[in-house]
Amino acid sequence: MEAIILQILNGLDKGSAYALIALGLTLIFGTLGVVNFAHGALFMIGAFCAVTLSRMLQISHTVIDETQKDFLGNPLKVEVPYIHEIFGQTTGDVIIDWAVPISILFAIPVMVLIGVAMERGLIKHFYSRPHADQILVTFGLAIVLQEIIKYYYGANPIPTPAPDAFRGSFDFGAALGFDPNTIIYPYWRLVYFGFAALIIGGVFAFLQFTTFVMVVRAGMADRETVQLLGINIDKRFTLMFGLAAAVAGLAGVMYTPINSPNYHMGMDFLVLSFVVVVVGGMGSLPGAVLAGFLLGILESFASMREVLEFLPGINQIIIYLVAIIILLTRPRGLMGRKGVMED
Amino acid sequence: MSKMNLTRRGVLKTGAIAGAGVAAPTIFTAQSAAAFTNEPTGSSVTLGFNVPQSGPYADEGADELRAYELAVEHLNGGGDGGLMNTFSSKALQGNGIMGKKVEYVTGDTQTKSDAARASARSMIEKDGAVMITGGSSSGVAVAVQALCQEAGVIFMAGLTHSNDTTGKDKKANGFRHFFNSYMSGAALAPILANNYGTDRRAYHLTADYNWGYTTEEAVRTSTEAMGWETVAAVKTPLTQTDFSSYIAPVLQSGADVLVLNHYGGNMVNSLTNAVQFGLRDKLVNDKNFEIVVPLYSRLMAKGAGANVKGIFGSTNWHWSLQDEGSKQFVQSFGTKYGFPPSQAAHTCYVQAMLYADAVERAGSFNPCAVAEALEGFEFDGMGNGPTLYRAEDHQCFKDVLVVKGKENPTSEFDLLEIVEVTPVSQVTYDASIFGGELGSCNPGA
Repeated sequence: MEAIILQILNGLDKGSAYALIALGLTLIFGTLGVVNFAHGALFMIGAFCAVTLSRMLQISHTVIDETQKDFLGNPLKVEVPYIHEIFGQTTGDVIIDWAVPISILFAIPVMVLIGVAMERGLIKHFYSRPHADQILVTFGLAIVLQEIIKYYYGANPIPTPAPDAFRGSFDFGAALGFDPNTIIYPYWRLVYFGFAALIIGGVFAFLQFTTFVMVVRAGMADRETVQLLGINIDKRFTLMFGLAAAVAGLAGVMYTPINSPNYHMGMDFLVLSFVVVVVGGMGSLPGAVLAGFLLGILESFASMREVLEFLPGINQIIIYLVAIIILLTRPRGLMGRKGVMED
Repeated sequence: MSKMNLTRRGVLKTGAIAGAGVAAPTIFTAQSAAAFTNEPTGSSVTLGFNVPQSGPYADEGADELRAYELAVEHLNGGGDGGLMNTFSSKALQGNGIMGKKVEYVTGDTQTKSDAARASARSMIEKDGAVMITGGSSSGVAVAVQALCQEAGVIFMAGLTHSNDTTGKDKKANGFRHFFNSYMSGAALAPILANNYGTDRRAYHLTADYNWGYTTEEAVRTSTEAMGWETVAAVKTPLTQTDFSSYIAPVLQSGADVLVLNHYGGNMVNSLTNAVQFGLRDKLVNDKNFEIVVPLYSRLMAKGAGANVKGIFGSTNWHWSLQDEGSKQFVQSFGTKYGFPPSQAAHTCYVQAMLYADAVERAGSFNPCAVAEALEGFEFDGMGNGPTLYRAEDHQCFKDVLVVKGKENPTSEFDLLEIVEVTPVSQVTYDASIFGGELGSCNPGA
């Protein structure tokens, strides 16, 4: 019983990342009609926003410490962050410690800008092109972005820890009446789940209570008429892309303490997120979110030792198996609109 | 008498066929002129450095390349001479190898076996490399070693830790200086027993490929011999990034030690996840929960940050060693590049030097002569103490380092401290336990 609850918890936080990326993908596909294979790269860039801000906050100058020696026997050069000198050591350390949450503020404008640049520079030329072209060009862009990040940050994962206040784990088991230490879960992953829920709620509220998406959808259906009505549809398309990029970026920012960011993390999530979108239903936002959590939980269960003993290797293929079954039996996905992908 | 039909088409056709015939790779065809593959005839000799320049181990590959470039500089008489000053054999004179200037070409293995084989093949066929060296993965090492055996060149392995490289996949043209899984297990077990007791229950998470299997087997065998119980051994996919679903059940299993048979990015992520779940703060079976990482890489330890503190593991070499060879190498590398070398850099530098020295002692670049010079070669002054290049399996036998993550590192390079230098007698094994046939050397002629 405890094992099952544990894997559900695991699935929820993994599913949060899938759901957020799939949400952005579906926003772009459902409203703009573009299949964006560079979305994983946006997730990765968001994570590297956190890395960059963390590094910026720790920009230091070198002070020679005569009392210690370095590996060659010369006096040790100690790095003293400038932030210590501006805010004092204690406050400076607190700011550095909270770099990841502070990066949210830094990442939002950066990701919107990157989304806007992508859309204006590349994506807008592909609105009316076949999906295959869109996939090729965005996948190429994803590889370019990945290699740029690798060039500047190296190939190794870069540790970006959560604030000290969120270190350690919460004993769910004890709270629910089980034995202590049977169901423990790291605080930060719970924070991530809560954050993801907030973002998803925010996006849905935005779509529900504003006419923005309606205008964008109208623009997709009949661009000329919408423009004749005096609406600047180009600007709205760009903003929609910026919004989707920001969602992916924020998912990346808060994910950094869970897995040290590296240049390849975008690709690792991209394929699974596309499977999530397909299973949930291309163009269906609730479907993308639901499928994200479901598949996250499923993946968690498939990695259980008991399951692996029975079906070795199932953890690596379970998501794709489910996708194949869904595509064969219900091509429009769990909550997709009837007629989408069924011709 | 027939008229010769000399048309433009005819000339082009014949010319094309002739050109194709001339350009065809001759690597696997008999070379009547040369006695062995890529026999150096001019005033220079070319070595092939096949390292991961892209992919997840690119940073380690970059360090390996730095070490090779340093070795070439020293072999050609530049710099401060490096380990030539402390090496027990004095055959190298700093005038290249056998008077020929050392040049090199580089290839990118991408940490993928097929890409590594393709780049090695290209260096042998197109660039005339007489020896191939480098790499940061056992899968790649085994693949390139087999290629070099077919092609008739020597392969000096880089960083490869699986038993298989000089075990069931050993080849007569291949040589490894780096230690292996068996040695790690044998070195670690007594330290773990001393520090954690003999009444422990271990849970293994293992990377699902040949290196993972051999490391898990080595650690299991040696710890079980000390009295530990292995509760479970779960295989994790090599591409896995989030290990939470594997870490989560560990506490429920009743285990009080987690052994992470992971390397590189796997190790960074699994260790980070394990620490996030607070495993190290837990008390299980009235004991502190402990984590063990059998193979450490300092470059990867950087990626795990503070999570490595207090965690035991093993390495082939560490820059803090105080013997003359290690100090000299750290000085040479550190002065040129500004930071201490990693164990990957060290093993690659040493392999390059050992090859050059073997050629000098054999008096020939012929792979069979070089192999004979290396087999049974005993040497010292290269940073690991007295070392034997065993003839039966072309594996170096030397002391092994057991290290621990430092509690208070003074810099980003100072993450590990040496806990014990396990004497070579404790980690030596009979060559027959891993099977495989060395075969005979192939000069390529």
